[in-house]
Amino acid sequence: MILKRFLPTPKISIKPIILGLGVLGVLSLARIFADAPAITSSGTFSGAIGLAVPVAMAGLAGLISERAGVVNIGLQGMMVLGTWGAGFFGWHFGPWGALFGGALFGALGGALHALNTVTFGVDHAISGVAINLLAPGIARFLSGLFFEGNDGGTLTDSPPVPNLGKLTMPFFAGGRIGGFGTPDLLMWLEKRGWFLISDVAGLLGGFFRNIATESALMLLLVPFVAYVVWRTPFGLRLRSSGENPSAAESLGVNVVATRWIALVSAGSIAGLGGSWLVTNIGKYQQGQEALRGFLGLAAVIFGNWRPAGVLVGSILFQFTESVRLQVGDEPALAFVLAIGLSAFGLSVWRYFRKSWVGASSLLLLSVFIFAYFMSVDRVDDKLSSTFPYLITLLVLVFSSKRLRPPASVGLPWAKGQED
Amino acid sequence: MLALSTSIAAVALIIPGYSPRIAFGAMIENVATASGIVTVLNSAARYYVMGVAVAFGFKMNLFNIGTNGQYQVGALFAGAAAGSLGLLGPINIAITIGIAMFCGAVWSLIPGMLLVTRNVNIVVGTIMMNGIAVGLIGYFLRTRFRDPTDNLTAHTKTIPTDSRLPDLNRILNFVGIELPVSTKLHSFLLIAVLVGVVFYVVVYKSRFGFDLRATGRNAAAARASGVSANRMVLITMSISGALAGLAGMSVLLNQAYEYGDRFPLQLGFTGIAVALLGRNSPSGIAIAAFVMAAIEQGSRGLAMVGIPPQIGQILQGTLLVVAVVAYELANRRGRITAIREASGVLAPGASRL
Repeated sequence: MILKRFLPTPKISIKPIILGLGVLGVLSLARIFADAPAITSSGTFSGAIGLAVPVAMAGLAGLISERAGVVNIGLQGMMVLGTWGAGFFGWHFGPWGALFGGALFGALGGALHALNTVTFGVDHAISGVAINLLAPGIARFLSGLFFEGNDGGTLTDSPPVPNLGKLTMPFFAGGRIGGFGTPDLLMWLEKRGWFLISDVAGLLGGFFRNIATESALMLLLVPFVAYVVWRTPFGLRLRSSGENPSAAESLGVNVVATRWIALVSAGSIAGLGGSWLVTNIGKYQQGQEALRGFLGLAAVIFGNWRPAGVLVGSILFQFTESVRLQVGDEPALAFVLAIGLSAFGLSVWRYFRKSWVGASSLLLLSVFIFAYFMSVDRVDDKLSSTFPYLITLLVLVFSSKRLRPPASVGLPWAKGQED
Repeated sequence: MLALSTSIAAVALIIPGYSPRIAFGAMIENVATASGIVTVLNSAARYYVMGVAVAFGFKMNLFNIGTNGQYQVGALFAGAAAGSLGLLGPINIAITIGIAMFCGAVWSLIPGMLLVTRNVNIVVGTIMMNGIAVGLIGYFLRTRFRDPTDNLTAHTKTIPTDSRLPDLNRILNFVGIELPVSTKLHSFLLIAVLVGVVFYVVVYKSRFGFDLRATGRNAAAARASGVSANRMVLITMSISGALAGLAGMSVLLNQAYEYGDRFPLQLGFTGIAVALLGRNSPSGIAIAAFVMAAIEQGSRGLAMVGIPPQIGQILQGTLLVVAVVAYELANRRGRITAIREASGVLAPGASRL
């Protein structure tokens, strides 16, 4: 196919794995220095992975939209619609209903975005903001109609929604087969406290031990999306619509249809993320999405428009939150130390790259972080919630040359337009 | 447009079995009283200044999505200062407004700098600054700037009565309009009018405004004629942020008298909606601000007739979506007509397109 020539399929790269091991190494150092084994325990990772799932879903949705060439600020609104749909269908039809309802309502939001941007050519960011303003109103109106006064539902809360329960993998993480227990290899490794090895065991333990079934299902979407977008003919059309829609159209790609499909699926994935929030606390609650749609956008940038990167970004972003929820204040402080170490390391790297401004500002940042580490005895949750946004800005500032967004993302384009 | 979105809202009312006639009647009734109109004017003034803040960026094709963070950062620091400086009234007011505008400008200048120096997309940059603002404000509100005398809710110290903006009720009384005691016409309205006049003069009648619009229309052409695009970005973002900070003063100095949890959370985003609805023109934004405020006030009357007041939010949202689509279609038709006319002039009889 001619398309393939201008958009070659990338080789699978091991860079993210090396980077991930690097991050774990820093965390491991901080664990040993600050004597806080909980920082890389499977409990911390399990919490972070759970919290990361809705962010990763928003991120995947953003990735699909942007790869197809449409900026999607409306993710936040689609997630709101998804939480409501999950609350309504989950209440009536159980946990699978919640997943279905979230995806359905999110898809409606995606369809509205597609109608605005693809069919009518409205500026992408404007349409997104409009959806974000519209969605909470719709959700609140519908709650008033359907939830208020039923089974303990109110204007802001849905009746209870059940979930699918938890999974644990046998042999690696001590899951049970039939009535028999199996050994928990990862926990054994984790307890040794070896540099890096125990931390990797903690990370894997987070994935395999006591994971919510919804989380496991949604995490499977990450490789699935990667496969569809990079290894199928449809994915090729999708990416070509985002790189150069005019060229793609001249080669026979129906850009309008491709972008519609991309946005509707993106909406349904963002909505699925919303349904995770609902099954996690057992009901729809107004405002439970917080800023996760925007965090998802941040994860797209952090992950350089790649699914694995989006997942790593989401886990890293939610790691702060999870660390803070662990017993005692040491884990969170150790994490602050780890960030300080990384900032210092990056500053040294910029110094050798002769980027004086970068080196000095990073050095200043690490001094600030070390000062904070020395002066407090617990980490403030409000302050730590700024971490994902800060790190995204830092990534944008210091490695914008390495970032490669789709070439035509956000640009106005109409059917039949030549460059 | 208003008709189309009203009919969409009417459909949303009919499906669950409410009567749109009763609903819209109740909304109009709730606006068309002296106190209703005053409330609408008060909110409209606030939305207007916020809308102008956003429109300033739009004039140069800069989508400042961060007005929400800018206004809250400004209001937090201004509120903390106004509550504890203890200066003479008018001086205190001036300093408070100055601090709010300065902090808003700084918060907006950061993404502007990132755009100019590192080419960080302004939408992404301002979204991230919004996220940082939420956390930072929560932290300061809980620690340094918290009023220690109130254990229940977190807010800054209450502003002394002499450092508040006055209300305009006395003037209304003078003209012969009596207001209920609880209703106050904010003097911030005058500030909003002033902002509108300055906005008009600066954008349409000054050299700077010409450069601004030129850069927005065609950055390359403007650069070729000697406009420094980077400088324009930084100036525009500072003004936009400063105006966002100013908009918050309507709440701080005329209504709440302290920065805290009771502050509106979405004011910045309403400003975006108002700017879009008003097509960034001084008079258009005024109408849009008035319409949004009127819908908001009208929907407060719905509960009394047993209809969910959230229909107001839906009406606002649909109005915005319908409006941006309608403007885009009108724009497109205008472009096609222009091309047709041009091609007609160049090649008579050429009627393809």
